[in-house]
Amino acid sequence: MLPTLGGRIQTRLVLLAVIGGLVTLIIVPVLPISAPLSVKYQDMFVILAAVAVLGVGWELVYHFLMQWRWEKDWPTLFGLVTAVPEGVLVWLLLKAGAIPGIKGTVPGAAYVIDFGLVWLAVWLVANGPMRVPFLRWRFHGGRLV
Amino acid sequence: MTDQPAGIADDGGLPPQPETVQRLRPPANPAAAAPAAEAGAPPGSGDLTDELLRSDQWTDQMLQAAGIPVTHVPLVSVGGGIGSFVTVDYLRIAGVSTDRMKVLTNLDFAWQTYEYLTRVSQIPKPERIRSDSASRPDNIWGFPSYALAEAVSERTFAPLWQVLIEPIWADYYTPKAGRVFAGLERESKRIGWSQMLVKGQVRMVRKRQGGGYFIILTPMAGLTPTKRVAYLAEFVHLAVGYPGLRFLPELQDFRTEHQDFHHVVSAYELHEHVYEAARTKHLVVMLRGGGIVASRVLARIMDDRARHGLSTEIVHLFRTYISSSHGPNAWNRRKGADGFAYQGFNYPKSVWGGQLKAEMRRLEGQQRADKYKLMGGTNTPYRRRWQAQMKEGRDAGWYRTMAGTVDQMRLENGKIVSCVKTSNGMVEVAADFVIDCTGLEADIAEHRVLADLLAHSGTGRNPVGRLDVERTFELRGSASGPGVMYASGATTLGGYFPGVDTFLGLQVAAQEIADDLARRGFCRRIGTFRSIRQWLRWARNKQP
Repeated sequence: MLPTLGGRIQTRLVLLAVIGGLVTLIIVPVLPISAPLSVKYQDMFVILAAVAVLGVGWELVYHFLMQWRWEKDWPTLFGLVTAVPEGVLVWLLLKAGAIPGIKGTVPGAAYVIDFGLVWLAVWLVANGPMRVPFLRWRFHGGRLV
Repeated sequence: MTDQPAGIADDGGLPPQPETVQRLRPPANPAAAAPAAEAGAPPGSGDLTDELLRSDQWTDQMLQAAGIPVTHVPLVSVGGGIGSFVTVDYLRIAGVSTDRMKVLTNLDFAWQTYEYLTRVSQIPKPERIRSDSASRPDNIWGFPSYALAEAVSERTFAPLWQVLIEPIWADYYTPKAGRVFAGLERESKRIGWSQMLVKGQVRMVRKRQGGGYFIILTPMAGLTPTKRVAYLAEFVHLAVGYPGLRFLPELQDFRTEHQDFHHVVSAYELHEHVYEAARTKHLVVMLRGGGIVASRVLARIMDDRARHGLSTEIVHLFRTYISSSHGPNAWNRRKGADGFAYQGFNYPKSVWGGQLKAEMRRLEGQQRADKYKLMGGTNTPYRRRWQAQMKEGRDAGWYRTMAGTVDQMRLENGKIVSCVKTSNGMVEVAADFVIDCTGLEADIAEHRVLADLLAHSGTGRNPVGRLDVERTFELRGSASGPGVMYASGATTLGGYFPGVDTFLGLQVAAQEIADDLARRGFCRRIGTFRSIRQWLRWARNKQP
């Protein structure tokens, strides 16, 4: 990807909201969590929101790191492996009870499945299909507006 | 992003299948560059009269008096190469019908010149060009990318894996030339390209009094009753490609003095005889230049050497020898070694959409020229296979690099002796062949249509001397009433967008032009839903 800082943030927020939201909507019922469905949905959507909000900060870090790249690009793999630090941070905050709005207990397996699938879906869409509805997106550093 | 000129359709300099490059030198006196005054034809002859040649603006009556028939069409694209193709493709997808656009060209198909140049500069169809996976001139969305298309059609994950781990753990994925041409052919049929083509040589574009432009075309002899025909268009798009290529001055002098076009060749002209000679005897070949074409030629010699067990020696002369990473500070440092500056594509990748594109869009004048200088310079991609071959050559002594400039060349015992001025003094190098891979480009005024434009339209030059275009690729100073003239491709290098002479650069320009035309009411702006619908039509190979 060839992002600008604004483009990074816009793309993250929109893709997490739309693609992340869809994936969450679909997979929550089958996640291994012993809680009522409404609680499961609330917890997983709160986690999704946390990934989005914290992600704005992460994007600042990525943008800073990108400045050391001559090409000022963000290689495809970087977009995938950044799932690890981001996922770990959200998990640690979750365990520390620092994410407001969580009602039940989120088991590790459910978290990994949910976070992993959302991340993968967002990454896949950002690396191809996104260009179909948003023809100008790739030439505008990932900005949508 | 490509190692070969993308907007290389040429309506004036090169014939459709040129066998040699233009060998032009700048005149010592710039005034001498002005085209010689052309004598006008008599009125009513169907040719250019004195009145037409002299006037910056033409009236309908002037053409009538000259006897030149006029055809009205809303938009004309001049060039007919990939630059025209990508722009017209965009407009077709935006809903413009084939009868509202004409492409004036001497090319039979849009990728004709490109295919020729890639072939002679050692990229035959099975080889890979220097272009990004998502830079598809046959697909305005860049999806599916070339890597995905290759993975599906060849049933392999390898291209996708490469795209995943590039550029850190693998070289950048680049598509095969043959795949690019096949895609262009498919898209060409889909959008009805041939229905819009008008074959001939464009002579000039002049403003029309009252708005719009007249484009003068010289059709092939015998096809029309008059020598010239005119097109009247409200919108003109110029994509005439490179005005021409130049030899290094000392090579040009040597060729002229000795009339030797055999031992001193350009990598942009057919030079297969060099490789054939290497298969029959021991040769020393001198390469000049440190760009992608030098890498390609070097790779060909090294491949042949390995494949046929040859003993060819290579002396590689760099004018600017890059020995390590270089740049003004830690966040502007390009890799380099062994003479070469390394870069995936011909500009840092983000000029095509990211941070550098956004930055350049804001810069004016000298600041822009400085930024071009920082990002520019000859460079080539770091490819692992080439690195291994060069290392083997250096270790074994059959590949030697030098830094310097050539003062003079002479013929001695059948060898070409170059006197190289190095930091350690003068060194003489004898070689059987010299291949000029520098790809120096001629000035835009050496292209007849552009020279006429500069003289008569009010169009000027940008900070690096090419055509001055707005961010929308409108030619500054060329407006004619409601009429607008646009330009894209190599002739606009130096503008607010750097990567103009590449596949993706042509698409960036096409998008800007299409959006500007939509603002002016010529077509619809492609919105989200139209984009999706049109992509589905593309996927099913249905007409836009």
